[in-house]
Amino acid sequence: MKTIRQSRSIDPTIDNPMQEPPQSNQSAKAIAPLEIHDLTVAYTKRPVLYGIDLEVPQGSIVGVIGPNGAGKSTLIKAVMGLLPVASGWIKVFGKPFKKAVTRVGYVPQRESVDWDFPVNALDVVLMGRYGRLGPFKRPSKADKEIAMACLEKVKMEDYAKRQISNLSGGQQQRVFLARALAQESDLYLMDEPFVGVDASTEAAIIDILRELQSQGKTLIVVHHDLTTAPEYFDRILLLNMRVVAFGKTEDVFNFENLQKAYGGRLSILSEVALTRARKKFEGDTRENVSE
Amino acid sequence: MNRIQKTRASAEDRNDTVVPLPSGGGATSRAFVSILVTLALPTFACAAKIGELTETSWKEQAFDFLTLQHPVLRTAVLGVLLIGFCCGVLGSFLVVRKLSLLGDTLSHAVLPGVAMGFLWNASKDAWAIFVGATAAGILGVALVGWIKQTTHLKEDAAMGMILAGFYGLGICMTTVIQNMAMGNKSGLDKFFFGQAAALSSGDIKLLGIISIITVIVILIFYKEFLAISFDSGFAQTLGMPVQVLHYALMALLTFAVVVSLQAVGVVLVSALLITPAAAAYLLTDRMHWMLALAALFGMLSGVLGAFISYLSNNLPTGPFIVLGATTIFLLALFFGPRHGLLPKILRRRKQRRRIALENTLKSVFHLCESADFKQKVFEIGELVTERNSSLSEIESEIRNLIKAGMATHLDKERDLELSSQARFKLTKIGWHRACEIVRNHRLWELYLTNAVHYQTDHVHDDAEDIEHHLGEDLVKRIEERLENPIHDPHGKLIPSRDAINA
Repeated sequence: MKTIRQSRSIDPTIDNPMQEPPQSNQSAKAIAPLEIHDLTVAYTKRPVLYGIDLEVPQGSIVGVIGPNGAGKSTLIKAVMGLLPVASGWIKVFGKPFKKAVTRVGYVPQRESVDWDFPVNALDVVLMGRYGRLGPFKRPSKADKEIAMACLEKVKMEDYAKRQISNLSGGQQQRVFLARALAQESDLYLMDEPFVGVDASTEAAIIDILRELQSQGKTLIVVHHDLTTAPEYFDRILLLNMRVVAFGKTEDVFNFENLQKAYGGRLSILSEVALTRARKKFEGDTRENVSE
Repeated sequence: MNRIQKTRASAEDRNDTVVPLPSGGGATSRAFVSILVTLALPTFACAAKIGELTETSWKEQAFDFLTLQHPVLRTAVLGVLLIGFCCGVLGSFLVVRKLSLLGDTLSHAVLPGVAMGFLWNASKDAWAIFVGATAAGILGVALVGWIKQTTHLKEDAAMGMILAGFYGLGICMTTVIQNMAMGNKSGLDKFFFGQAAALSSGDIKLLGIISIITVIVILIFYKEFLAISFDSGFAQTLGMPVQVLHYALMALLTFAVVVSLQAVGVVLVSALLITPAAAAYLLTDRMHWMLALAALFGMLSGVLGAFISYLSNNLPTGPFIVLGATTIFLLALFFGPRHGLLPKILRRRKQRRRIALENTLKSVFHLCESADFKQKVFEIGELVTERNSSLSEIESEIRNLIKAGMATHLDKERDLELSSQARFKLTKIGWHRACEIVRNHRLWELYLTNAVHYQTDHVHDDAEDIEHHLGEDLVKRIEERLENPIHDPHGKLIPSRDAINA
């Protein structure tokens, strides 16, 4: 039996039980791709995240949203084992991260690397294969073919031999995405993949996210744009040092929750986003009814 | 020390007696004497020469060097080759990881270790010094890491402090040793400015071992080092032991620095780590090529430094090796095909010329157009009026057109002596290009007014710039978007594709 998930927000005033119908037995053995229990992460004693409880179901695209400094990137980095955990635990496919490295793909923030580094786009994508190779082995021809195929998926095959500083911001982001694709993982964590990219790249990325989802992969994406969030993600994690709300977008993405996450910092844009989201969900329900 | 004394003595001998100077005259002899004066001074420089001062002509010296006849010379050259190789390869990782200052820190931090190694059995034992220096170097790097992690000081501040602190301690210790009884024979002074001739066969053995270890480790873990250098966070998520790899690289670097100290000196060894790698960085866009080039440049500057030092008889090797590396870097900086300054300047000049040429062509087209395309031959004077510019300027522009094969002059007898009455005509190529430029200009104006809704009187300047840069594909797409227009926003005819090709 697939477990019925509860949002485990620690704030008792926020309670969003997800009304999800019990599913058939086909996914009886399903282990949650990501399970976090009572996680606290601190930078030099000041907690950035605390009391995080989370269970991400397989095949979902989760948008992680929250104000600046809410700990969105910190959460991603903690899951990827890049930051020490002060208390609590994180399990990836039921195991600690170190035992499941090949099942997790990662797209870090674009600014986290030096783009003048002497490598070309294909070299970077090939690095996605390194985790599977293990030590002492060099990338084989097959690995190169996979890397090339991943570049093709993000429509960057013509730029394979280009040094990475000669790529635009959107193209660099695509290369990073291709590198994650080359990891052939089941769970992907992406840190702000839509920052500073052009519209066509944004559309291309979202197409790929949908494709990955259709293959049963799970995606967790840090996102900053409230107007597009309800359109892109089927689940939303509202974060502000702790979980403000987590659940299906239509249940969670509402004014109350956003205000709890953002405080007074909600802008006119988010109002627009909410109106749009409401319309979308109403439209969806109507379609469902007509079915 | 024995040899140095001998060298100095023989040099002084010659100063007094024979001095078979080459036929250079006063300047050469003054230079020679000044070198000898430098030699006589109790500086470090006097100690740092390769081989004995027995040859007289530089040709013989060069021949000697190239045939590697002296065993001391052989050891020294082999030494600088290995040093250049190790430093080039390992320095490349420092440069791409923006850790260049770490090389400096490391080279200064090893000095107390050198002194400790010497004190171990009161002699210049290669292994004892190696162990002491390596320990000090690793301690220094570890302290930098520790300061960075425990305080909110940044890495550069930590490196600056460790560098100076360890170096200060090292100077104190070596001074104390040199003041001690056995100290004046310690040879520790060579660690400051380097002396390739001081390399012993034990040093060479050590260098060989370090070089082999470096090659093996880099070959086996190339992909790991590449990954942690480019994106250490990502490498860690792949399950790579990032810290272990980092410290392995630091250990190799420490080894390389320690074995290079003798030949290049504490102060300059960091230059041998950084400069060849920096030159390679300017020349290539791939990491493995950078490693290969940096190794090559390191070896080249090593041999170059040793060679010049040998030719000039008495100058220290360390500075010459570093100067050799710097020369290679300067060559890469100015003449590097991709990032070099000279090719950049040439490219820019070529483009400026092309634009000037195209502007002339455009003016001829305008002349032609105002004559309803009936007149094909023009006088230079007409172009002067059209362009509202000076005769000499237009003359040189036409001359450039003729040189590019885009125009011919019709007064053959006067050759290139053009005047305001001289007549010229565009060739087929010239006319073709003129039409293209005008077409680019007018299409762009139309695009700006129709598709982007600019005012018609605001589009000219923009089109003036972009007409030289529009590619064929883009022009085709603009045309499609505008549904193959005939007139520009000012009502002028846009030369059609067919007309251009006809």
